[in-house]
Amino acid sequence: MSSATIPPQFEIVDRPLDTQMTISMGPQHPSTHGVLRLELVLDGEMVVKATPDIGYLHTGMEKLFEYKKYQQGIVITDRMDYLNPLGNNLAYVMAGEKLLGLEIPVRAQTIRVMMCELQRIASHLVWLGTHALDIGAMTVFFYCFREREKILNMIEAASGGRLTPSYFRIGGLMMDLPAGFENRCKQFLDNFPGAVDEFHKLLTGNRIFQRRTQGIGQISAEDAIDWGLSGPCLRGSGVNLDIRRANPYCGYENYDFEVPVETDGDVWARYMVRMREMRESHKIATQALSRLQPGPVKADAPKVVLPDREAMKSHMDALIHHFLIVAEGFDVPAGEVYHPIEASKGELGVYMKSDGGPKPSRVHFRGPSFVNLSALPVMSEGEMVADIVAIIGSLDVVLGEIDR
Amino acid sequence: MTSGPENIEQPTEQSTGSESTPSHPLVTALQREHPEWIGEVIHAFGETTIIVPREHIVAACSFLKTWPEGQFNFLSDICGADRGVEEEPRFEVNYHLFSTTKYHRVRLKVLLNEEDTHVPSVSGVWRTANWHERETFDMFGVIFDGHPDLRRILLPDDWQGHALRKDFPLRGYEPYSLK
Amino acid sequence: MGLENIIAEALPEVLTTQLDSLINWARKSSLWPATFGLACCAIEMMNATTSRNDLARFGAEVFRASPRQADVMIVSGRVSRKMAPVLRRIYDQMPEPKWVISMGACATSGGVFDNYAIVQGVDKIVPVDVYIPGCPPRPEMLIHAVMMLQDKVSKESVRDRKDIPEEEAREAVVPGTLPVTDGSTARQNTLPESRPYTIASRHERRRSS
Repeated sequence: MSSATIPPQFEIVDRPLDTQMTISMGPQHPSTHGVLRLELVLDGEMVVKATPDIGYLHTGMEKLFEYKKYQQGIVITDRMDYLNPLGNNLAYVMAGEKLLGLEIPVRAQTIRVMMCELQRIASHLVWLGTHALDIGAMTVFFYCFREREKILNMIEAASGGRLTPSYFRIGGLMMDLPAGFENRCKQFLDNFPGAVDEFHKLLTGNRIFQRRTQGIGQISAEDAIDWGLSGPCLRGSGVNLDIRRANPYCGYENYDFEVPVETDGDVWARYMVRMREMRESHKIATQALSRLQPGPVKADAPKVVLPDREAMKSHMDALIHHFLIVAEGFDVPAGEVYHPIEASKGELGVYMKSDGGPKPSRVHFRGPSFVNLSALPVMSEGEMVADIVAIIGSLDVVLGEIDR
Repeated sequence: MTSGPENIEQPTEQSTGSESTPSHPLVTALQREHPEWIGEVIHAFGETTIIVPREHIVAACSFLKTWPEGQFNFLSDICGADRGVEEEPRFEVNYHLFSTTKYHRVRLKVLLNEEDTHVPSVSGVWRTANWHERETFDMFGVIFDGHPDLRRILLPDDWQGHALRKDFPLRGYEPYSLK
Repeated sequence: MGLENIIAEALPEVLTTQLDSLINWARKSSLWPATFGLACCAIEMMNATTSRNDLARFGAEVFRASPRQADVMIVSGRVSRKMAPVLRRIYDQMPEPKWVISMGACATSGGVFDNYAIVQGVDKIVPVDVYIPGCPPRPEMLIHAVMMLQDKVSKESVRDRKDIPEEEAREAVVPGTLPVTDGSTARQNTLPESRPYTIASRHERRRSS
């Protein structure tokens, strides 16, 4: 026998088949979408209780924000929900703009909407690829990432980073779109509905996929609101709530799109909501692209927004402003704001508190995945072990956002 | 002005004091019903903040959840903040409430001194408060009385100290080693 | 593992050279990574396996979930203090020969996050063979790193790796003992002599690929 001794806190039971078994799923697991640990209490194959144990990716970002100037903090927000970095950037930047009272030019807002919707499509593509991969459909994974590469190309052309763009700044954008971007974007958007049809052909009519997702992980509308679910998880349970409609920001009230809602509340409903959301995002992005007019992309606030490079090289006051903004930062009026946006996963809220200095006093991100994951025990009681994977996939959790 | 979340009449007015000029109809109605719950009202940046005394927070939350004027059935966030090591009161706990039917938001704030960081838990009102309160406890050391399972959630279970307090150093106390 | 060592000890040098090149070719052409995707770099690792940047061309076809079936651990993402013992345990479970690629700035040195929560470099926990900078590194950089690891594997010899006890295996880099310099090398005026990016190996045959 092995020489390892069993620690004293584990008692040996004579009839192990009669008792419930507690197993630990994760943190290194191919299907938990990150370093998530679940403590599952199983009765045979049936889950009696599932308790998430998080914190394996805790990065101390909220503490880091307090030590960085406002513009420096934008870089950290990319790493939070790393599938939707532009959404994180937008939430942080808009909270700062709310504190400062800046007015953002129309072109910047249109580009923000377009890039955010492209990012939402990219995030849903990763969700679809990994969810289908966990359920067993490997082809969809490669198809989704092929489409995602096109979006990442565009984001990289605009900002320089595929996965961590940091494209938005407090006061507008980092810089204007490059030449030829609109044509590439139009080309992608023209081909995208065909790709979504392809995914539907692969998955939606597939009887195996339907059997694995319908009726699994149900949560009612009252429970969903009580547990704070938001985004597609909430809309899959029949609650018509979208922050873009409820508390519009960035000009979303001017765009024509539907909010997809399904009533079943199971994995299948959330899948259908996200698939329909991809089409709606495509609609919004097309509208935003067609509305692009030439104009400034930064607000008119020389003490906050970096000047153009040409102005900086030729005018003394622009140079001084540039130097002061980069070296010392700008002072933000004291106060606190809570700015929620509709990220791809749900309500992403930023609570920003300022003391009047160049660094924030407290920044807190209300991550939608954090709250969505807290409802996992409710959704997975009574399900089989193999369905836990489907439920986690349907919640679309990103551990970076949960653990921050 | 970037579009704010709700239709407040004066978005950038700062008014403090217990007899403030409540320009928001919600606050006016609440003041009529339960004036003892309202310590201070702040209207700033298009948002309403109500400072609630610690002992009334559960009653205020459950009232706001079912009150027809409020219908705040969605708790967006519970967020702690450390005002500074020398500030009195030192800690604050913010409750961000949202109504899925009326689409308005309000923030309730509870101020805590350093010696006595106990707050009654609102996890009986909204079950989502469970994890938010655990995180606030983990990061600040605020103890929520009546919480079903108050333990650390993000930091390791054997961590000493509370990370987001202002006197906790950014780099921690010692570098990591396997021993 | 055992058979090769027995043969290697029995045979003269010239035959072990042939044995080396055969075994190293086999090992480097089928490096199976263990899934250890932690954060954003994991997404770029997934991108490296998809059809545009195909890591499977280089032999890293299957990402094994079980560390007992894996050869290389690609630590992609930031390692938090809660995760560090888990990482060490997964590394210990991997059988020899095993290698570690530290992908991204956070795994290499803590990255952007110089704070209480993140281990400043995974080489404080496990010995690392290849470091990849970037935040996140492009998928092509990961493929380049796998190629560099293949160069490194091809320079090894069967006589080096034996079934040695755990403590001796860790002698390569004792965790936490990387030397901390006082910056004096930065003040020196002499340039380091230029080296090629990989050290040439007599077993290597450069193929155009």
